[in-house]
Amino acid sequence: MSRIEIDQDRCKGCGLCVHVCPRKIIVLQQDKLNARGFHPAGVTDMSRCIGCAFCATICPDSCIEVWREGGKA
Amino acid sequence: MEEKVFSRTRGLTGKPFHYCPGCTHGIIHRLIAETLSEMDILDVTIGVSPVGCTYNNYEYFACDMVQAAHGRAPAVATGIKRVHPDSMVFTYQGDGDLAAIGTAEIVHAAARGEKICTFFVNNAVYGMTSGQMAPTTLLGQKTTTSPLGRSAAVQGYPINVSEMLATLQGAVYIERVAVNSVRNINRAKQAIRKAFKVQQANLGFAMVEILSTCPTNWGKDPVSALKWIDEAMVKQYPLGVFRGQEIEVGD
Amino acid sequence: MSNRVLMKGNEAIAEAAIRAGCRHYFGYPITPQTEIMHYMALRMPEVNGVMVQAESEVAAINMVYGAAAAGARVMTTSSSPGISLKQEGFSYIAGAELPAVVVNIVRAGPGLGGILPAQGDYFQATKGGGHGDYRNVVLAPASVQELYELTVEAFNIADRYRVLTMILGDGTLGQMMEPVLFRDEEPVESFDKSWATTGTQGRREHNTIQSIYIEPDALERLNSNLQAKYRRIAEREVRVETVNCDGAEIILTAFGTCSRICKNVIRQAAEIGIKVGLVRPITLWPFPDQAIAAAAGQPSVKALLDIELNAGQMVEDVRLAVNGTRPVHFHGRTGGNLPTQQEILDKIQVLARS
Repeated sequence: MSRIEIDQDRCKGCGLCVHVCPRKIIVLQQDKLNARGFHPAGVTDMSRCIGCAFCATICPDSCIEVWREGGKA
Repeated sequence: MEEKVFSRTRGLTGKPFHYCPGCTHGIIHRLIAETLSEMDILDVTIGVSPVGCTYNNYEYFACDMVQAAHGRAPAVATGIKRVHPDSMVFTYQGDGDLAAIGTAEIVHAAARGEKICTFFVNNAVYGMTSGQMAPTTLLGQKTTTSPLGRSAAVQGYPINVSEMLATLQGAVYIERVAVNSVRNINRAKQAIRKAFKVQQANLGFAMVEILSTCPTNWGKDPVSALKWIDEAMVKQYPLGVFRGQEIEVGD
Repeated sequence: MSNRVLMKGNEAIAEAAIRAGCRHYFGYPITPQTEIMHYMALRMPEVNGVMVQAESEVAAINMVYGAAAAGARVMTTSSSPGISLKQEGFSYIAGAELPAVVVNIVRAGPGLGGILPAQGDYFQATKGGGHGDYRNVVLAPASVQELYELTVEAFNIADRYRVLTMILGDGTLGQMMEPVLFRDEEPVESFDKSWATTGTQGRREHNTIQSIYIEPDALERLNSNLQAKYRRIAEREVRVETVNCDGAEIILTAFGTCSRICKNVIRQAAEIGIKVGLVRPITLWPFPDQAIAAAAGQPSVKALLDIELNAGQMVEDVRLAVNGTRPVHFHGRTGGNLPTQQEILDKIQVLARS
């Protein structure tokens, strides 16, 4: 299964990953605040992740790591 | 079987960036750092930090770093490169640093064909000092020192640095890219890689101009800022290779 | 093999730098020091060194900053208006604690002034010039031989303390020809430069060179360390020449070219029965205030007379050193003019009679 991990403490809640996710499974978690005072990004349904790494590519704060089913596309 | 396809690069120290949410300086830092790591040149690279929002990116890049006075990074890089000609030397400069106070230094480093790479981050505004007009501010763009919008009659015209430097023989590779979409970010990384390859091959001066966002001083949310690069900036600053199209870089 | 060579002062500086292991020179042409660049342009390639003609003095000093950060022995040279432009870089070099050698072959100012010799840059050289709390070591040679020896020494001082060391000459010294006796081997010391940005080579954490400290305690710590370093320099590096001071009635103070005129005046004064001594600071910073206080404090001394090619700059430091125990008078010329021996002798006669 493809998946991502978002560093909840590093995230500044800028929403660029939300904007580029082709599966629309990333959201800013309005019910969560991290230590820096931001609503960090989270994944609503990881089973739909395709491991495209668009989110990690555009993340300005290097918060996201990506695993892809079957490795390199 | 899952495989890790995107990790944090060892080219960065891991210290969290101090930049505003959505500021794309962080993307550019990562692209440079990833390139240094992937080309296996991190250990022989010396970077030069500018004055501006990224004044302390010496804390972020894992290679040796020297912090320079405002605009002087190309001169500092010249000094470093002339001492260590086999090392890889880059400057990281904003539009105030490079295109205003440091105009002489960048022009002459390029003209001398210094074997260095310059990463010129153009976000059309002074970020650190809170949103003043930059040499690259667009006509009509409102800033704290052009509150009515930049007027050609009052403040003159924006400077297209890439086009200007591309007229110099010593500047062998000049490309303008943007980091406002996944596709553009991937292209930007190819350009950064090519710049280091040009340096490795001792061909001359290489510069990548990178259109970048400043959501805070543009008064836009981070996603709208990405769009403004396409809607406004690219019209003044078209993307593309201005010099060195013919240079082929291997893997 | 020791050899004696007739050389121009500016050429002696350039050759001394090369003998001291300097292989990187960055400069911008300005009279009356450009022969240094000419010499470097020919000599550096012979020793696999680098001479870059920069686009400005500002660029040149920043090239020096980069080369020093990279661990090299490096030098730039200029004259007064060019040195003004370099002040930004001096301040950064001080803040980043980099070793560098700068030569100022002073010309007459202010502004574009004139190209003839002067000493009007004493304040700028010794009191800062750039922004912030810092010191440069300032050496003031008085002959072509000394230009050579002190330039070599400047590199050692710069490396010993990671400090900018300046040679403050003037147009007379730069342009005059005198024999120089070169040593068989230069006293070039070696120094640990593990702090330099050379590329990590995979052997250490990354080095960073910077002068910015946003956190106030960190910046105060830097300043405290700098001041401690400057105190060490002041304790160890004072250089001074005293001539004929024992039992003198009048003590002259002068540096560089002026001190040579004063030495002739001492002989003339003796012929008319006035015993005159001279204290010649060789380091302008650290200033030899103890030597001046000691000479001035002798019961025989009636007054001090400071001679400079300016409107009165070092005289302020002489007065601080004397601290009111004796009157300190001043005679100076500006515009590129030199005081004549007779001018100085006339002043001495007035003071000796009073």
